[in-house]
Amino acid sequence: MHRSVVTRGPRFGFLLLAGSVLAVSMSACSGKEEAQTAVDHNKDVVVYSARAEHLIKPLFTQYMQETGAKITWLTDKEGPLLERIKAEGDRTPADLFMTVDAGNLWKAADEGVLQSADSQALDAAVPEAYRDSEGRWYGLSLRSRTLVYNTNKVKPEELSSYAGLADPQWKGRLCLRTSKKVYNQSLVALMIQRFGEAKTEEIVRGWVANLAVPPFSNDTKAMQAVAEGVCDVTLVNTYYFGRLQKKSPDLPLAIAWPGQAEDGTGVHMNVSGAGIVKHADNAAGARALLEWLASPAAQAKFAGLNMEFPVRADVALDPVVARWGSFKADTLRVADAGRLQPQAVMLMDRAGWK
Amino acid sequence: MNRLPLPGEAPGTTPVPGFLRRLGCRPLRFTTLLLAAMVLLPLLIVMAGWLQVEAEIWQHLSETVLPELVHNTVVLLLGVGAGVFVLGTSLAWLVTAYEFPGRKWLEWLLMLPLAMPAYVLAFVLISLLDFAGPVQGALHVLTADLSWFPQIRSPGGVIIVMSLALYPYVYLLARSAFLSQGRNALEAGRVLGLGPVASFLRVALPMARPAVVAGVALALMETLADFGAVSVFNYDTFTTAIYKAWYGLFSLPAAAQIASILLLFVALALFAERSARGKARYETGRSRPAQRKQLMGRRAWLAAGFCWLVLIPAFLAPSAQLLVWVVETVHVELDAKYLSLLENTLLFGAIAAALTLLASLILVLTLRQRDEPVTRTAVRIATLGYALPGSVLAVGSMIAFVAIDRRVSDWVLQLTGEQIGLLLSGSAFALIFTYVVRFLAVAHGAVDSAFERVRPSYSEAARGLGARDFEIVRRVILPLLRPGMVTALLLVLVEVMKEMPATLLLRPFGGDTLAVRIYELTSEGEWERAALPSLTLVLAGLLPVLLLVRRTTRDPQ
Repeated sequence: MHRSVVTRGPRFGFLLLAGSVLAVSMSACSGKEEAQTAVDHNKDVVVYSARAEHLIKPLFTQYMQETGAKITWLTDKEGPLLERIKAEGDRTPADLFMTVDAGNLWKAADEGVLQSADSQALDAAVPEAYRDSEGRWYGLSLRSRTLVYNTNKVKPEELSSYAGLADPQWKGRLCLRTSKKVYNQSLVALMIQRFGEAKTEEIVRGWVANLAVPPFSNDTKAMQAVAEGVCDVTLVNTYYFGRLQKKSPDLPLAIAWPGQAEDGTGVHMNVSGAGIVKHADNAAGARALLEWLASPAAQAKFAGLNMEFPVRADVALDPVVARWGSFKADTLRVADAGRLQPQAVMLMDRAGWK
Repeated sequence: MNRLPLPGEAPGTTPVPGFLRRLGCRPLRFTTLLLAAMVLLPLLIVMAGWLQVEAEIWQHLSETVLPELVHNTVVLLLGVGAGVFVLGTSLAWLVTAYEFPGRKWLEWLLMLPLAMPAYVLAFVLISLLDFAGPVQGALHVLTADLSWFPQIRSPGGVIIVMSLALYPYVYLLARSAFLSQGRNALEAGRVLGLGPVASFLRVALPMARPAVVAGVALALMETLADFGAVSVFNYDTFTTAIYKAWYGLFSLPAAAQIASILLLFVALALFAERSARGKARYETGRSRPAQRKQLMGRRAWLAAGFCWLVLIPAFLAPSAQLLVWVVETVHVELDAKYLSLLENTLLFGAIAAALTLLASLILVLTLRQRDEPVTRTAVRIATLGYALPGSVLAVGSMIAFVAIDRRVSDWVLQLTGEQIGLLLSGSAFALIFTYVVRFLAVAHGAVDSAFERVRPSYSEAARGLGARDFEIVRRVILPLLRPGMVTALLLVLVEVMKEMPATLLLRPFGGDTLAVRIYELTSEGEWERAALPSLTLVLAGLLPVLLLVRRTTRDPQ
């Protein structure tokens, strides 16, 4: 396969330029601003993370070795973690809240548990679509939710858009994961943002009507069903495809990128990210960690560990990820996925997506 | 054998020896009331979710979600109820009334599925029976078209899996009931012209009704409380809806509202159990145990075949599959992380088991000292926890403890100027508390029935022989109680090790357990890697089951 480049919307080149300008100007900063970022590495940085431990631990270890800082972390599901930070209020030990999915990040900001990082380095590193407009959270890696099909039964040209899967030609040929998974909720939320509620509901109802079997509890099983010929196509996060491919390389599966036409929507993107907790004792330490995670050196590893895309375009892709080819990404702000998530959940309930 | 406990069951009232009665009465009574309050606190907090109804969400829930949840839950309860009833009573009847090849082994082998958590059975059976699994793979060799093969991920599939996981409750209770019935009633029936089927349906089964109803009720409580198995099946019930309302709709009040409707179902099940068990007490007398009838030829093979037909999918095949996966993954999974998970699991289990045992001893002693309506009700409430789903209890305790923590730390801050952080909710305290509340009934049942054996006459006799109070406790009472206390400890230990939803919610920093690991791995579809922690839980679960087996085979009554 040819070497590929991921393009992520038109704004990005400009941002990169702006970023480097800012970085240069920051290096000439006044003493006052240096004081703001002064980091005391004797103080623990406490991270509450909904991102799995094996994906963050190598980075934290590296950071601790490089800087001498101390990091302690707690992993859990995002709901309990957020509820815990809220309940702990100004007594919370948490400095950094790290989670997957834009909806969860948006929710944390909306609940008022995060503070603005106030970091030009972060604003420069992370494209606007993948961060909070007030700097309360930043995406650190990108995952696309795209189509995986059975290469014996489907031609990739047939898979031009997400909405197209609602077409009756796919009757009995579609597999989906449960609507309880936040990735599907975010996808539908951004469809509501783009198409409006009525049109989105029509599309989702079409998907449900085309299901071959009841929704699966995870992406991997849905892909295995496609491989077994139970259905022909499914919707998954790319890294699940990467993991399955690594385990069983011979399955007749391939990735298709929907929404690539001139006027297409682009591939739905979601983020994993983090924000500084409002009542953090060690906000400076958390900011330093966050900035480091967004730095080119950490980015390749952060994304690569989970076969995701780095949030900065100036970082090389993991070779496995690069092999999937280049695509046009959706440019909608992922923050809107959070705002619209309850609406999306109710829509999927109405449409009968279990 | 030790009876399985039943939530809120009327406690025994055999009086304790006189000197125990003289023990400080007030502290015991106070502790009992406190234990009841411990159960009520999270419940009331959950109910308080109704104080902040979000109109739009509630309208959506009541119009779109609730009808389906109620339908799913009723289907599940009816299906599992029927499933465990049929499997449990028929198997118990076969092994107690008939002799056939392998009967002696099957009689205790059939108890083993008790060690298999429903959520483990669920993911293993799906992977065995779904299209990518070995069963359909083997069938594919024989025939190309497998469209006739039933969909395992269906309501029927959930019902079958839950029935296979939960039938031992009925089997155990029905078996000991059948054994204690003796020969006379059955012989009377036979004299009156009842055939083998009729004597089962019209004599043995009605006489075993209290035990069977109790077993079915236990199975239904487990069904209502289950979160892990239904999530693997993506079968929507109240427990999954609680999580969805919380994470998907961002509404903890809505989650609490759904939780309180679930409690309504629990209350209904408890009530149904009470009325179905009835007041009837059958005098079984001390008749000789019934002789097993020797089955010959085809019938003998049918009986044995039926037992294996249940045992293989319920325990043997899943254990074998787990073992195969463990062999495949052990080189990556057996690491320091696994050992620390195991350590946490055992530590939480041991602490909770010890505290629960202590609490149940207090409950039992309080009531045996003085049987008054207040303490009686308090004991009933305190042992209600088993009927409460872990997720409901966990939400309630978390809110409660955080509120208490904030008060306490405000207060300490005012007094001393020190920031003490969150003492209870930030530590294992909240989790252990929830375990004790949830599993108090389990220990209570075992301890209470052990106390039945402590007759006042024993200690009086000992005193007559010149023994002092301390000696009576050490040499008479404790030896009599020990088997019950060991059972209580083991049962609670294993229940805590398996517990998933409350642990997920309340575990402290670094407090991951095996069940948490299983949840993380299965929810990402990494079923093979979940095999090592799962098999560990199954092996741990075998301990109390084997104890039970030893006791039941030694002393059939």
